[in-house]
Amino acid sequence: MARFTPKVVTANALIEGDVVYLTETDQWSRHHFEAELIEDEAHGQLRLLHAHAQRGLVVGAYLADARSGANGPEPIHFREAFRTRGPSNYAHGKQVELQNV
Amino acid sequence: MYKYSDFDEGFIRSRVAQFSQQVARRIDGSLTEEEFRPLRLMNGLYLQLHAYMLRVAIPYGTLNGGQMRALAQIADTYDKGYGHFTTRQNIQFNWPKLSDVPAILSDLADVEMHAIQTSGNTVRNVTADHFAGAAADEIEDPRPVAELLRQWSTDHPEFQFLPRKFKIAITGSPNDRAVTRAHDIGLRMVRNAAGEPGFEVIVGGGLGRTPMVGMTVRDFLPKADLLPYVEAVLSVYNILGRRDNKYKARIKITLHETGKDALTQMIETRFAELRPHFGGQDQALLTQIETAFAPPAFRDAPIDAYDAFYRADPTFRAFADTNLAPHRNDQYAIVTISLKAHGATPGDATADQMRLIADLAERLGHNEIRISHEQNVILPHVHKSDLPTLHAALMQAGLATANVGLISDIIACPGMDYCALATARSIPVAQEIANRFNELMLEHDIGPLKIKISGCINACGHHHVGHIGILGLDRAGVENYQITLGGDGTETAVIGEKTGPGFAYDEIVPAIERLVATYLTLRQDPAETFLATYRRLGLAPFKAALYPADGARDAA
Repeated sequence: MARFTPKVVTANALIEGDVVYLTETDQWSRHHFEAELIEDEAHGQLRLLHAHAQRGLVVGAYLADARSGANGPEPIHFREAFRTRGPSNYAHGKQVELQNV
Repeated sequence: MYKYSDFDEGFIRSRVAQFSQQVARRIDGSLTEEEFRPLRLMNGLYLQLHAYMLRVAIPYGTLNGGQMRALAQIADTYDKGYGHFTTRQNIQFNWPKLSDVPAILSDLADVEMHAIQTSGNTVRNVTADHFAGAAADEIEDPRPVAELLRQWSTDHPEFQFLPRKFKIAITGSPNDRAVTRAHDIGLRMVRNAAGEPGFEVIVGGGLGRTPMVGMTVRDFLPKADLLPYVEAVLSVYNILGRRDNKYKARIKITLHETGKDALTQMIETRFAELRPHFGGQDQALLTQIETAFAPPAFRDAPIDAYDAFYRADPTFRAFADTNLAPHRNDQYAIVTISLKAHGATPGDATADQMRLIADLAERLGHNEIRISHEQNVILPHVHKSDLPTLHAALMQAGLATANVGLISDIIACPGMDYCALATARSIPVAQEIANRFNELMLEHDIGPLKIKISGCINACGHHHVGHIGILGLDRAGVENYQITLGGDGTETAVIGEKTGPGFAYDEIVPAIERLVATYLTLRQDPAETFLATYRRLGLAPFKAALYPADGARDAA
């Protein structure tokens, strides 16, 4: 059986549409590195169900591939990397907030 | 310009009220996202990569100063101080909060605008030639018909759940600036033997994953038959179009699966049934609409100042040579304001720029503004004596880039910088190409060249009809850009040809540079455009420039 690629649960916040990540303590963080890195497929499905149930907080939750990094989980695919930052044509979105982290 | 009737006003206001309640019910939890999604899409609200996106229709690309100012106000109040003009004559706001959208829609309604049917499987914003009502080559202003179509298609009960989205474009000129051959229905005004204006009806054009040039189903349709005929096309498509497969649901597939003759026959049969039900009210309404599109009171004044300035000021002359088009009144010019300053995001305008354009339109342009599918802004009626003043004001705001129709006047979709569907970025590729050729100081020498970039196969950036088309894809988790050559979106529409394997993000600008260098070497003289050279020589020399290693391998 293929080895399970670790995942994070990600979604968009209901009101702002901002990208959010589910943490181990059931919070929705704006930062990928604070996400819970899910190493087990069955646990991933449970966490996704939990996310889907939070319909008053988030929209469109899904599991995205990730890997562990020095400061916490890091995205693998470039689409997910863009989602952690914001657009490349203006300093808008998370990249602005991240400067203050 | 068309003024909302009491009916329009009432309808738009009631829709705003309805959607406001739907948003409130979503926020308080009474509606799930699954229930809410179709409701928000009906009102132009998407959820994109980093935020919501509100797509506002600019019917047939026409705005007045007050409307442009309202868009600026929305950008400042609810967004990040800018808006993005799209290839379908819409404006998109990239950062609205869900809870602010009702207020935005209400502000739009104040200036007779809305976001209705800018999404979903319905008839989308009807687009038109951006020089409509001003162009020297025009038979008639197509916008009254476009407005009639807007009113007819808005909330039309039969056509709210079509098999797929449906796009209509219209032009009143033989020179097609509205890409009519790449729309579900393209309407191109022509004259019959008796000299009466009517429409060539083109059906089944479209880009996306299966690009097709539309086919003519009627060579000449009298104007009076237009609405029942368009309804017949929609009606046949609504029944015949495939609902089992999203990728085969557009009318272009219906056309190819049914055959042009059979489909034309079905349309004509349905038209014969429908025609008697149109008892002339549509024509009475059209006549009423036409009065609203009466041309402005053109000034009669000398243009010597323009001629003198043109001779004296090289910056102004460069602007005049690229950004002006012939007006039907020879004392006037059509001015294209480029939203493609080198290195800027194609189609973006800041709130300040929008306000300046609004002021200039009111002061010097008979209060008329157009948005082009090429993501530029047009002042259709400027007296030539006012052009030096206009140019000076545009320079101050970074809006006087003299590059319309040149290599840096690039169409680019939002791509993966914003769009949830995108497979790669488009905007930075456009920015880098524009900057590179600006550094080389080559663009005026290169001459007319249309580069169009899409960040996914859905082709919002019209790459198939670019002289050079660029399609951004995801190849095994890396951005990869495929090139097509020889596309054409005009009355001689052609889908571009794929050159071969794609290029990595850092290889695409050098690849474009090799293509252009090859063209400069091969053209017969500076008057032979890139497209003409490509048509004369075909793909081979350009392919050799793109893939030099292949040639080396073949020779080995």
